[in-house]
Amino acid sequence: MVEEENIRVVRCGGSELNFRRAVFSADSKYIFCVSGDFVKVYSTVTEECVHILHGHRNLVTGIQLNPNNHLQLYSCSLDGTIKLWDYIDGILIKTFIVGCKLHALFTVAQAEDSVFAIVNKEKPDIFQLVSVKLPKSSSQEVEAKELSFVLDYINQSPKCIAFGNEGVYVAAVREFYLSVYFFKKKTTSRFTLSSSRNKKHAKNNFTCVACHPTEDCIASGHMDGKIRLWRNFYDDKKYTYTCLHWHHDMVMDLAFSVTGTSLLSGGRESVLVEWRDATEKNKEFLPRLGATIEHISVSPAGDLFCTSHSDNKIIIIHRNLEASAVIQGLVKDRSIFTGLMIDPRTKALVLNGKPGHLQFYSLQSDKQLYNLDIIQQEYINDYGLIQIELTKAAFGCFGNWLATVEQRQEKETELELQMKLWMYNKKTQGFILNTKINMPHEDCITALCFCNAEKSEQPTLVTASKDGYFKVWILTDDSDIYKKAVGWTCDFVGSYHKYQATNCCFSEDGSLLAVSFEEIVTIWDSVTWELKCTFCQRAGKIRHLCFGRLTCSKYLLGATENGILCCWNLLSCALEWNAKLNVRVMEPDPNSENIAAISQSSVGSDLFVFKPSEPRPLYIQKGISREEVQWGVFVPRDVPESFTSEAYQWLNRSQFYFLTKSQSLLTFSTKSPEEKLTPTSKQLLAEESLPTTPFYFILGKHRQHQDEKLNETLENELVQLPLTENIPAVSELLHTPAHVLPSAAFLCSMFVNSLLLSKETKSAKEIPEDVDMEEEKESEDSDEENDFIEKVQDTNNTGLGEDIIHQLSKSEEKELRKFRKIDYSWIAAL
Amino acid sequence: RSTSGAEPESARARGAGAERGERREGESAAAGIRCVAYNNQSNRLAVSRTDGTVEVYNLSANYFQEKFFPGHESRATEALCWAEGQRLFSAGLNGEIMEYDLQALNIKYAVDAFGGPIWSMAASPSGSQLLVGCEDGSVKLFQITPDKIQFERNFDRQKSRILSLSWHPSGTHIAAGSIDYISVFDVKSGSAVHKMIVDRQYMGVSKRKCIVWGVAFLSDGTVISVDSAGKVQFWDSATGTLVKSHLIANADVQSIAVAEQEDSFVVGTAEGTVFHFQLVPVTSNSSEKQWVRTKPFQHHTHDVRTVAHSPTALISGGTDTHLVIRPLMEKVEVKNYDAALRKITFPHRRLISCSKKRQLLLFQFAHHLELWRLGSTVATGKNGDTLPLSKNADHLLHLKTKGPENIICSCISPCGSWIAYSTVSRFFLYRLNYEHDNISLKRVSKMPPFLRSALQILFSEDSTKLFVASNQGALHIVQLSGGSFKHLHAFQPQSGTVEAMCLLAVSSDGNWLAASGTSAGVHVYNVKQLKLHCTVPAYNFPVTAMAIAPNTNNLVIAHSDQQVFEYSIPDKQYTDWSRTVQKQGFHHLWLQRDTPITHISFHPKRPMHILLHDAYMFCIIDKSLPLPNDKTLLYNPFPPTNESDVVRRRTAHAFKISKIYKPLLFMDLLDERTLVAVERPLDDIIAQLPPPIKKKKFGT
Repeated sequence: MVEEENIRVVRCGGSELNFRRAVFSADSKYIFCVSGDFVKVYSTVTEECVHILHGHRNLVTGIQLNPNNHLQLYSCSLDGTIKLWDYIDGILIKTFIVGCKLHALFTVAQAEDSVFAIVNKEKPDIFQLVSVKLPKSSSQEVEAKELSFVLDYINQSPKCIAFGNEGVYVAAVREFYLSVYFFKKKTTSRFTLSSSRNKKHAKNNFTCVACHPTEDCIASGHMDGKIRLWRNFYDDKKYTYTCLHWHHDMVMDLAFSVTGTSLLSGGRESVLVEWRDATEKNKEFLPRLGATIEHISVSPAGDLFCTSHSDNKIIIIHRNLEASAVIQGLVKDRSIFTGLMIDPRTKALVLNGKPGHLQFYSLQSDKQLYNLDIIQQEYINDYGLIQIELTKAAFGCFGNWLATVEQRQEKETELELQMKLWMYNKKTQGFILNTKINMPHEDCITALCFCNAEKSEQPTLVTASKDGYFKVWILTDDSDIYKKAVGWTCDFVGSYHKYQATNCCFSEDGSLLAVSFEEIVTIWDSVTWELKCTFCQRAGKIRHLCFGRLTCSKYLLGATENGILCCWNLLSCALEWNAKLNVRVMEPDPNSENIAAISQSSVGSDLFVFKPSEPRPLYIQKGISREEVQWGVFVPRDVPESFTSEAYQWLNRSQFYFLTKSQSLLTFSTKSPEEKLTPTSKQLLAEESLPTTPFYFILGKHRQHQDEKLNETLENELVQLPLTENIPAVSELLHTPAHVLPSAAFLCSMFVNSLLLSKETKSAKEIPEDVDMEEEKESEDSDEENDFIEKVQDTNNTGLGEDIIHQLSKSEEKELRKFRKIDYSWIAAL
Repeated sequence: RSTSGAEPESARARGAGAERGERREGESAAAGIRCVAYNNQSNRLAVSRTDGTVEVYNLSANYFQEKFFPGHESRATEALCWAEGQRLFSAGLNGEIMEYDLQALNIKYAVDAFGGPIWSMAASPSGSQLLVGCEDGSVKLFQITPDKIQFERNFDRQKSRILSLSWHPSGTHIAAGSIDYISVFDVKSGSAVHKMIVDRQYMGVSKRKCIVWGVAFLSDGTVISVDSAGKVQFWDSATGTLVKSHLIANADVQSIAVAEQEDSFVVGTAEGTVFHFQLVPVTSNSSEKQWVRTKPFQHHTHDVRTVAHSPTALISGGTDTHLVIRPLMEKVEVKNYDAALRKITFPHRRLISCSKKRQLLLFQFAHHLELWRLGSTVATGKNGDTLPLSKNADHLLHLKTKGPENIICSCISPCGSWIAYSTVSRFFLYRLNYEHDNISLKRVSKMPPFLRSALQILFSEDSTKLFVASNQGALHIVQLSGGSFKHLHAFQPQSGTVEAMCLLAVSSDGNWLAASGTSAGVHVYNVKQLKLHCTVPAYNFPVTAMAIAPNTNNLVIAHSDQQVFEYSIPDKQYTDWSRTVQKQGFHHLWLQRDTPITHISFHPKRPMHILLHDAYMFCIIDKSLPLPNDKTLLYNPFPPTNESDVVRRRTAHAFKISKIYKPLLFMDLLDERTLVAVERPLDDIIAQLPPPIKKKKFGT
C-alpha cells in the first residue's frame, strides 16, 4: 500500500545529457554529466549509470572535479547553490548557497578556496564571471556570499571561457573579440578581429575558446570553421595568431589534450579532428559520429576523450581515436511526427529518433535501447535540404508488425511517399523489412492503424489519406517455389463523398472501423467493408477519434477542431453526450475504460481523465504544463499499483506519459523522487567493489539468488541454479589467468550450458521452430495469467525442495525455453 | 584584340574626345622573379628576374623602381646579394659572378668561379667576403677588394651541388644546403664539421630526392632548412641533430629569409603561400622561447621563388611576376603609406611609344619590337559605348634583336619614319618608308662609337633631332635628315658625377631638353645654344615622369611620392600653380596611390589641362579649378548630369580621375580628339604562365 500523496507532474528521464561538457573522474573510471536537475555518474567502461546525484532544485549548469580532492565533485545550478558531492558513494557533502543564478562553474587548482562562476546580476542578458570564495566550515549548508568580480560582458556559454596556464589568466570570447584577464597584473587585453565588420560575409564570430595546459597559447573557434591559435597575447601589439582551417561550418567546441600536444575540435560535420602539434598538415580524424559535436572533454588521466552530441549522446573515445562507449539518452534533436508509442514486446517508448530512425527508449532505465533505421539512406547534414521525414508509425499484432510511413515534399505537387511494413524476427530480435509500398496514397497519409483484435486471424492495416480514400491492407501469402513468404496487399479502398480522410480507428474487438472524413464519422463493417452508419455533428473537423474499451466498447469518441468532444452510442447510433473541450491529445488506456484527454488553453494544458460511459470526468488536473502538450501515451505498469482513492485509480494499471512542445517527457507520479531509484542502481550501490561488467551482472544475480536461498530456505526458485562455486566451468573461467584462457566464444557455450539443465535443453531442441513461435505467442498473450499460475504453484510446492526441478510444469518449461533463447542471443553478442 | 571608338563631344572631362584602343601585349614584364635581396643600409631591394634583368627598388621612395639592368639570355641569375655596404653582386648558371655599377647602370665586371653553374651566393656578415656554391659541389670563398673580387680558397668539396648557403652571424661557420643533406663548414679550416641528412620521406610520401632549397644560420647555432618535401626543419649545428620539424606544404618550400633580430623568419612555398614564423615565449614568465608558425599569406598564384625580410615587412616574389611587400602590422608605428600591402607587377617605366602623325604604336618586348597601326571607326555612340571597328589594327612590323641581350629602350619618332632602340652593347636606328600599304625598313649603319648603348631615346616633335641618354652619363643630340644623321653635340655630365640619365623630355618647339637621373635633380638644356639652362632644385624622391608643356614651356615633374611640380623653364622657377599646390598639399588619397605616374602629356588646345596616368587610373588635372581638400571626394569624375550647373561647379575640383582601366600601361593623346590607351589585363599575364600547382580546396 503506497502512501498517497498528491499527484505531481514529474520529469521522467530523457533529459539532456549534452547540456554541458561532461567531466571525467581523475582515474577515468567515471564520467559525469549534467542531466536536468541531476548529475549523472556513468561508468566509462560499461556505459551504465552508476549514480544519480540529486539535490538541486533547478537545472544543473556546471560540474567540475574538486581540484584539491579528486574524489569530490562540485556542481552548480540555477537554484543558486554550489554543491560538493562524494560521487563514489553518491553523497551530498556540502551545499554552498550563493544566492544568484549560476550559469557555469570553473575550478582552478591554484585558487584553493574559491571557484569561478558565471552569474547575471542586474540585467537579464549581461553575464559576469565572478570568483566565489567557499568558506571553510563543518556545517552542511554554508553561505558563500563573497563574490569578487573578474570579467564583465561575457558570453553565457561556459565554452566561451577558459582558464589557462595554471590559472594565470582567463580567456573569454564574445562576438568578435577575445579578452584575456591576467590575475596577477589585474589587466585585461582585448583582441578584436577587425575584418569582421568590414567584410559582409566574414563570419569571424568567436564560438568557443580553450587554453593550452602548459604554454601560453589560446585556441579559439570561429563561426566560419577556422581555429585560431593566439600567442604572445600579453603584448597588445606583438600578439600573433595561427589559423587552422578544416571545418566548413562553425567550430562547436575545442579541447587541448592533457599534455597539450594535440588539439581536438568538432562541429556540425560530426567529425572529431585531432590537430597534432597544432600544425595544419598533421591531423587525424574520427568521422561518422552521427550528430553534431556539441562538447568535447578530455580525461585528466589523458587516456580518454568524450564528445557530447546534439542527439543527446555521449561518445567515449580512446586516445587512439577509437570510440569505445556510447551513452545514449532520449534523442531530442528533431521534431516528433510519429507521436509516442509503446512497443508491446519491450514496453519501450517508441518515437522519432535520429534522422530517419525510430528510437526504442526504455523508460525504466532511462536509456535508449536501440535505433531502427527506417529510411535507410545516408543523411546529409546541411541547412536548407528537404529531408525524408518519418511521419507515421504503428505497431500491430502484439508487436509482430510495424508499419511506417515516410514522406518528402519538396514542392506542393511533388510528394514522395513510402509505406514500409516490418516484421518482427525472433532470431535476430529485431524488425525486418517485409513490404515496401511506393505511393500508397496520392496525398499525405493522415492516420494509420492496425486491427489489434485478439481473434483476428489476418493482420489488417488501415491507412487514411488526404486524397479522400482510406485503404485496407491485409497480409497475404507471397510464396513461390523458392521460398515461403508473406506480403501486404491492398484489400479495399473506401471513400466518402470525396472528403479528406482524417482519422481511422478500429474497435477493440476489430469488428468495426471508424473513419472520419473531415466533419463526418463513418462506421464500416470490418468483414464486409460495408458502410454501416455515419455521424455528423457539424462541429468542425474531427481531430481525434477513438473507441471505448472493455465495458464502454459501445461508445465512440471524437474530438473536433472547434473544441467539442462528442461521444456517440454505437448501439443507438445517437449522440450520447458532448462537452466543450479543446482537446489536443486523446489517448485511451489499453488496460481500462479510461480515456485521457489533454486540453489546451491560453494559460496552459489541463488533463481530464474520464470514462466514455459518463460525461463527468474521473480526475482533473489543471496546469500540467505551461506549454503545449503534443503527444501522450499510456504505458502499462509491470506491477499494478493499488491506489484506493478514486481520483488516483486511473493510475493503477497504467502510467500516463506526455511530451511537450519543448520535448520534455513528463509523467504523473505520487512518489517522492527518492523512492524512484531504480533497483539496478541500488544494487550497484551495494557492491561497488565489483566492476560493472556483463559478467558481474550474471554473477551478481547468482549471488543474490544464493543469499535469498540461504535466508529463506523454504522459498523455492522457479529455476534452481547451482552455486556458482560448484560449477566447474564458472570456477575455471574465473580462476584461470586471462592470458591462458581459450577464446570467449569457445567458453561461452560451455558456460551457458553449465547454467542450464541438461534435460530441458534437449527437449527444447526437439521442438520445431514454428510450434515454438505459436506457443510463444500464446504465452505472451496470457502473460499475467501465467504469472498467477506460477505463484500458485510456488506456494503449493513449498517444502518439497529441489525435487520440483525435475518435474517442471508446462508453463515453467515454456518460461525456461524463453529464457534460454534470450540468453543465447545476448551472450553470443558479447 | 583591338578596339577603338570615337566618343561623343559630351565627354568633356576627358578632353575633346577620345579614341580608345586596347592592345594586348606579349610577354612583356612576364619574366618571373628569381631572387630578391634587401639592403638594410640604403633600404633598397634588388630583384632579379628569370630573364636576367636586375631591378633596384627604393623602399624609402614608395617602392619606386629606380634602376634596372637589362637581362641577357645566357645570364640566368640564381643568386643576388649586397655586400660591402651597397655593392650588388649576382651569380648565375653561366658560372660567373657579376658586380653591378649602381651609378653608371652597367655591369662592372664578371668573374668566372670555375665551378660550373653557381646556385647560391652569400656575403659574409662583415661584408668583406663572398661565398658561392657551385654545381660541382664546391664552396668557394672570394675576398671583396675595393674594385674587384679575388678568389681566396675552396672549402671541402661536396658530392652534389650546393643550393643554399648561410653564414653564422659571427662569420666562423657556414651552413650549406645540398641535395639530401646540409653541411656545416668551419670557415677557418674550410672543412665540413657536420653533415645533417634530411629525411626524404615525410608523412609516408617518398620523394626521390630531398633538395634543401634554403638554409639560415642563427646566432644561437640553430640551422633552419627548407626543402622540397615541404618541411621547415630546425637543426642544432653543434651536435648535428634535428630539433624540430614543421610540415607546412605538400609542395616544395623554396625560400627562407630571417629577420635581423632573429625573432621571425619567412618561408615561401611552391603553392604560392608565404608562411611567417615567429619566436614566441612559451609562457609569459619564462625565458624559454619557441618557433611558432603564425600567419600564412597567399598573395601569389605560383611558386614563391624568393623571400626577404625587411625590419617592417615581408617581401616575396615568384614565378607569377608579382613582387609583394606585406608590412608587419606589429612593427608599424603609425598608419601610413608603408602600412598597406603592395603588389608590384609592372615596370615603372615606359615600354610603349607612339607616332601621333601616323597613328602608330611601338611596343617594346624583351627581345623584339612590334609596330602596330591603330584601327579606326566611323560609328558614333554614347559615352562608355564600345564601338565597332571599321578598320582593324594592323601589325606592321616585328623587329627581332640580334644577340642575346634584352632591349633597354626604344622609341618611334612622331612622324613615324624613324625607330631607334638600344641594347647593352649596340644602338640601332632604322628608317621606315611608307609606300601605300607597304612598309620598308632600312637600318642606318655606321653608328658612331660613342653611341653604343642608350638608357633613354627621344625624338624631337618635328622628328629632326634624336636625343640619346647614354649610360656614361652623356646626352647626345643627333640631327636626322632624310635618311642620314649627323652628331650635333654631347652634353657631358658635370665633372665628378657618373650618374646616368634615365628620363628625357623635350619641348614641342624643340628648344628645351630636360633630363633626369636616378637621384639628382632635373637638368634643363637649351638645345639651340647647346648649353645647360638651369637645374630644377633637387627633391628627395626620384622622378617618375616629366614633360614640357607646349606653349608655356612649363616642365611638369611627377615624383615617386606622388607629388607633381610645375616648373617654368623660361622663368627658372616653380609656377604659381605649383606653389599653391605645395602650400595646400595633395589630397591624402592621391598620396596613397599604389603606383607611380609613368607618363604625362598635354592637350594642345587646353593649356590648363595636364594629362597623366599610372597603372590604375587616368587623370586630368584642370589647373583652373580649385584643388580638392581632404574632405572632398577625390574620385568623382562625373558629377550627376541631372544636377544644376551650379552644383556641378561647386563639387568639381582640379582632379578628374577615371579608374575604369585594367592595369594601364600607356595613354597618350593622338590628336585633339583622340586618346590612345594600352591596357594589360592581369589575367592575360597569368594565362601565359605555366600552370600553378593544383590544390584541392577541401583536401585533407
